[in-house]
Amino acid sequence: MAWFKKEKNKISKRVKIPEGLWVKCNSCKEIIYRKEVDRNLKVCPKCNYHFRISARERISLLTDNGSFTEIGSGLVSNDPLNFRDQTAYKDRLNESRKKTGINDAATAGSALIGGRPVVIIVLDFAFMGGSMGSVVGEKFTMAAEKAAEEESPLISVASSGGARMQEGIISLMQMAKTSASVAWFKEKGMPYISILADPTFGGVSASFAMLGDIIIAEPKSLIGFAGPRVIEQTIKQQLPENFQTAEFLLKHGMIDMIVNRKELKQTIIRLLSFTAADKYSPKNNEP
Amino acid sequence: MHYYLDFEKPVAELENKIEELRRLADGRDMNITAEIKKLEKKAQDLRADIFSKITPWQKTMIARHPDRPYTLDYIRLLMEDFIELHGDRRFADDPAIVAGFARFRGVPVAVIGHQKGRGTKERIERNFGQPHPEGYRKALRIMKLAERFGNPVITFIDTPGAYPGIGAEERGQSEAIARNLLEIFRLNIPVIPVIIGEGGSGGALALSVGDRILMLEHSVYSVISPEGCAAILWKKNSNSVGPAEYARASEALKLTAQDILALGVIDEIIPEPLGGAHRDEQKAAEAIGSALKRSLDELMEKPPAVLVEERYRKFRLIGKLAEV
Repeated sequence: MAWFKKEKNKISKRVKIPEGLWVKCNSCKEIIYRKEVDRNLKVCPKCNYHFRISARERISLLTDNGSFTEIGSGLVSNDPLNFRDQTAYKDRLNESRKKTGINDAATAGSALIGGRPVVIIVLDFAFMGGSMGSVVGEKFTMAAEKAAEEESPLISVASSGGARMQEGIISLMQMAKTSASVAWFKEKGMPYISILADPTFGGVSASFAMLGDIIIAEPKSLIGFAGPRVIEQTIKQQLPENFQTAEFLLKHGMIDMIVNRKELKQTIIRLLSFTAADKYSPKNNEP
Repeated sequence: MHYYLDFEKPVAELENKIEELRRLADGRDMNITAEIKKLEKKAQDLRADIFSKITPWQKTMIARHPDRPYTLDYIRLLMEDFIELHGDRRFADDPAIVAGFARFRGVPVAVIGHQKGRGTKERIERNFGQPHPEGYRKALRIMKLAERFGNPVITFIDTPGAYPGIGAEERGQSEAIARNLLEIFRLNIPVIPVIIGEGGSGGALALSVGDRILMLEHSVYSVISPEGCAAILWKKNSNSVGPAEYARASEALKLTAQDILALGVIDEIIPEPLGGAHRDEQKAAEAIGSALKRSLDELMEKPPAVLVEERYRKFRLIGKLAEV
């Protein structure tokens, strides 16, 4: 005899959970209440995994309220290869535009950070995996050239699977072009701060992302040249624990620091106070 | 004995027959000699016909041909007094990249290139031409030396890609490639890359920034291998992909020298002997030599500041877009 009666009917009548109310953490695999994640700047409250955020969210997180002026918003890919696999690249682009509300995987512009004028470029993983084709390459280069011209610090936030293969050799050349623009910019004596978010791989990590004067990563981000699956298939061995995490890169001397999302803006302000000191005016130092 | 690719089978049969006849004749029978001449002409025509209709995937096969001349072959055929230099002064020497000084038609140059290796033992030793970060760092060290001594740099590109391995990641494969890209743009000496076989992605690009970019007729240059591209984009459900998908991917990627020239990424295609560079390496080397000489003469006239400025402009224009 049971102490409590099972109300069978009630159990079978499932409560309908609205889509997207819960999210699964990529790192600890916990199911978490979405609002709780949102309130925490999209950081997992259980394991401190930093979820991917949109370029728009990133910009509002890092720049002073209302200070962002976009450049190159009208740039769109001209599909240089007329590429088609099982779907046409053009259709993929349209689909991504609809899904994300942005024209391509990068958003760039000038802004203030702690009252300090900077040029910032942010990649958005939601747009074709943040991949770099002609638009991302062009926007980064425009941003670096603008920063050089205005003698402002340059800040980039990477989150990308690498080069966009649908643009073939043109996307590969964006690695060269963006690296050249970093060389150009660095002549000016202003700092370039590169922030690596989850994930940063391939053509993006092997170009501008790893060329920062100072490189900051978000906790637990995966960062590398080749993807872990490719490496595993090549060497036919299990990969070490924590392989290609921000923590792994820090240990191997590849990045300067790991900074929590909520401290990112303040960290940039502090770094700029040293590296762009000549133009630094204390009265503007309000976050 | 030549190594034939699948699509060369008809020529292979004919050439084997010629070889057999020649052995029988041994130069005595005039009738057979005439017959051999006729067959040789036929084989030549057949090869010309096959090569006039070659597909991007077949070109990829030629670019990877095991008999294709490698960097050290071209150094031997084109340069004098090559003296190899080793090591990145930080971790190790990477045998997948060779580097050193040599004289090219009397001009002291730095020469750097991927080296794939011949035969199983050397191939493994050279990691099939897939460099680690120390390879790229050695290349940069030699380029900087060349700059200090005012010597031009010639690079030969032939790699499936930078090596995807644990050590490579630990030692900063991404940083090594990125650093080369940035630094080559600052070099105040002429840099001439020649793509001689496989131009595999970032691992190739790290040696391919320069003032004039040359490419052999049957070489390929791509952001990803056709196999890698097919595995991502042509995979249906869990079905594996095969040569049919690789062929489609290699077409879509526009990776042949002819496509790359049309896209404005390289400056010149160097013609190869009929059937590919491996059929007559001397002739292939001569064609590379004269193209190199022409570019070098032109570039050595330019003041360093102009070289650096034009190099930037050249790459700045690739993928340049207008706002809509």
